[in-house]
Amino acid sequence: MSEPDRTRVPLTGWGRYPRRDCEVAAPTDPAAAAVARAPARPLIARGNGRSYGDASFGPGLTVDMRRLGRLIAFDEATGELTCEAGALLSEIVAVFTPRGWFPPVTPGTKFVTVGGMVASDVHGKNHHGAGSFCDHVLSARLALGDGTILTCSRAENADLFAATCGGMGLTGTLLTVTFRLIPVRSSKILQETVRAPDLATAIDIFESGSARTYSVAWIDCLASGAHLGRSVIIFGEHAAPQDLDPSEQATPFARPSPRGKRVPVDFPTVALNRLSVSLFNQVYYRLQKPGRKVVDIDPYFYPLDAIQDWNRIYGRHGFVQYQCVLPLETSRDGLTALLTEIARVGQASFLAVLKRLGHESFGHLSFPRAGYTLALDFPANPETFALLDRLDRIVTEAGGRLYLAKDARMRAPMLRAGYPRLEQFNAVRRRYGLDGRFRSALSDRLEI
Amino acid sequence: MTPKSVLILGARSDIGRAVARRFAQSGASVTLAARRADALADDLADLRIRFKVVAEAVEFDATDGAAERFFDGLPALPDVVVMVVGLLGDQAQSEADLDAANAVMAANYTGPACYLLAAARRMGTRGSGCIVGISSVAGDRGRQSNFVYGSAKAGFTAFLAGLRNRLFKKGVTVVTVKPGFVATAMTAGMKLPPALTAQPSEVGDAIFTAVTKGRDVIYVRPIWRLIMTVIRSVPETVFKRLSM
Ligand SMILES: Cc1cc2nc3c(=O)[nH]c(=O)nc-3n(C[C@H](O)[C@H](O)[C@H](O)COP(=O)(O)OP(=O)(O)OC[C@H]3O[C@@H](n4cnc5c(N)ncnc54)[C@H](O)[C@@H]3O)c2cc1C
Ligand SMILES: NC(=O)c1ccc[n+]([C@@H]2O[C@H](COP(=O)([O-])OP(=O)(O)OC[C@H]3O[C@@H](n4cnc5c(N)ncnc54)[C@H](OP(=O)(O)O)[C@@H]3O)[C@@H](O)[C@H]2O)c1
Repeated sequence: MSEPDRTRVPLTGWGRYPRRDCEVAAPTDPAAAAVARAPARPLIARGNGRSYGDASFGPGLTVDMRRLGRLIAFDEATGELTCEAGALLSEIVAVFTPRGWFPPVTPGTKFVTVGGMVASDVHGKNHHGAGSFCDHVLSARLALGDGTILTCSRAENADLFAATCGGMGLTGTLLTVTFRLIPVRSSKILQETVRAPDLATAIDIFESGSARTYSVAWIDCLASGAHLGRSVIIFGEHAAPQDLDPSEQATPFARPSPRGKRVPVDFPTVALNRLSVSLFNQVYYRLQKPGRKVVDIDPYFYPLDAIQDWNRIYGRHGFVQYQCVLPLETSRDGLTALLTEIARVGQASFLAVLKRLGHESFGHLSFPRAGYTLALDFPANPETFALLDRLDRIVTEAGGRLYLAKDARMRAPMLRAGYPRLEQFNAVRRRYGLDGRFRSALSDRLEI
Repeated sequence: MTPKSVLILGARSDIGRAVARRFAQSGASVTLAARRADALADDLADLRIRFKVVAEAVEFDATDGAAERFFDGLPALPDVVVMVVGLLGDQAQSEADLDAANAVMAANYTGPACYLLAAARRMGTRGSGCIVGISSVAGDRGRQSNFVYGSAKAGFTAFLAGLRNRLFKKGVTVVTVKPGFVATAMTAGMKLPPALTAQPSEVGDAIFTAVTKGRDVIYVRPIWRLIMTVIRSVPETVFKRLSM
């Protein structure tokens, strides 16, 4: 079997920062992906490039997995699905929602691959109840870069499984993944919106809403003083047919026809200044009318997917996303400190999302842990980097960590402080001979 | 016509896979024909799971001269036959090694044409059906950089035109597909202009539409029709001096 053809192309993550010329192969045959060999050059798998920073490309060969996206087995009785790692979540939603099945955990965009979901151990708006994606993964087949393929699960090669779940592609190339979908009775969500005038109220609302299936808050992070942490909290439950409009009850899985908007060219960098963001946030805050309504899964889970290429609004220099999690005990003080600092600088964060996370995952480098996670976008520029260094100190002091799938700029000491199981992770990589064989721009930067 | 069954000859290719998906999406049963057909199990599973259609695989080699036996062996003659087989080869190698040149000619012209003759006779007898041949804009004019491939595709294009003419009165339609650049395994590693390069799924959509609407010749991205009109109109005395 010959190695797949390769080509050199400039690659970035979703934030379009940083950028690097990479050697890329896009195998159509799983055997070709499996035999892509290190250490002639180190490997890293790339899914749909929806991680924000530099996780999805590397100094050696970047293996684009999107052509390996076949659905291989589905059990109609249990919802157990086996697919190739390059399968897009959007296709899984399109195929299975009409049949009454939905992903157990979904990130805020459906344009991610299943391999990317495992490698980042993604969390959704239901993390407090359902855990992260890998909690629903039964097993995976992993190519180790020397021609070997191993199956790993909680029972088989369990150490490798724990390192792979959330392991950012650094333990091998996922070929197939088996996970369980959850049954749903419609393609609609019963949504309830609540306003919180400040952070303390927002946290109280989250804590008393722990029985809700989905919850997330959008924070107006330019609000300060008494309004600090002003937010809208959106709860959601999968709707039953009787929750729907009588005209829709006979066809509970009907979907609205797709309508894509696209950001055609890069916005001039000035478009997103403090004023426009402040306006956006105020308008958004006011638009979210408190109350209940039934909405389709798309606007509920994937509001940004309606605008293709929205990452271009930050202009050609790109942007960074900053997502941290703080332990429950330090969340109130830590979040206050973070939001105060952001409001003080007045840096424009287009989106600011707050969410309660449940328990820590078994994955060695998984991001989620019990506490609160805050995610913010900033244009990539020196002021942002200076601000983020200050936020790093607040996060580290609060005992928190940053999400690797979003990160483009933290440094190794912060990683080590936030991820105490890094040593276990490295030990597994050594045990299976994976260190050095799998490298990304992120792992080089963080000295993993 | 809304086809109920489709046979894809050369089904492992990116374009073949996309065509199979598009027809399966409309509910058609699908037969995938390729070399090493036993390795198509995952593709069959994918079609069955996504579209809940009947999907089967059969062993097929376009250059084995066994087309009659192949069609006799099928459980039923499908409504649509799509010939996807092709081989780009390497022009320099074809010029140096005549066996290599022959392989390119056989994979793009004689092999596919013989298989379609066998299909055409059966469809003509039945009095219905559609034959789709994937040819290439490379066959619209011979150029120094790929004329072994291009001339075989030119032969195939002429063959499809004649076949269309031949079958017209028998109720069988023939579609000639000129994809332009497509991002597939065949073109991996080449620097292709994005505006001129189609995704395999676009080719699948275009072929499905052409079959259901009874089109004759399609360029997947319409700009290619214009480009090739210009290229064809350059006088030979000028053209022979160009390095294209
Ligand atoms: C708008 C938006 C909203 C988001 N919301 C959320 C959210 O709510 N929750 C959340 O958790 N995340 C969220 N994310 C982040 C996203 O879910 C993750 O970054 C995810 O990993 C992206 O998947 P991908 O297929 O694009 O992977 P890529 O970005 O291409 O790669 C991500 C990582 O996965 C690895 N990888 C990919 N495929 C494989 C494979 N086959 N084998 C081994 N490793 C592989 C890569 O090496 C890399 O380290 C969001 C991203 C965007 C753009
Ligand atoms: N990609 C483009 O830009 C482009 C442009 C114009 C036209 N086309 C045409 O589109 C068609 C599909 O090409 P592609 O781009 O999808 O490339 P591809 O993946 O290389 O497809 C070619 C297919 O032909 C099959 N094949 C070759 N010789 C065969 C034989 N003797 N018997 C059976 N199968 C044989 C190969 O099968 P194996 O898997 O067994 O090798 C392969 O699946 C070809 O006819 C090509 O000429 C492509």
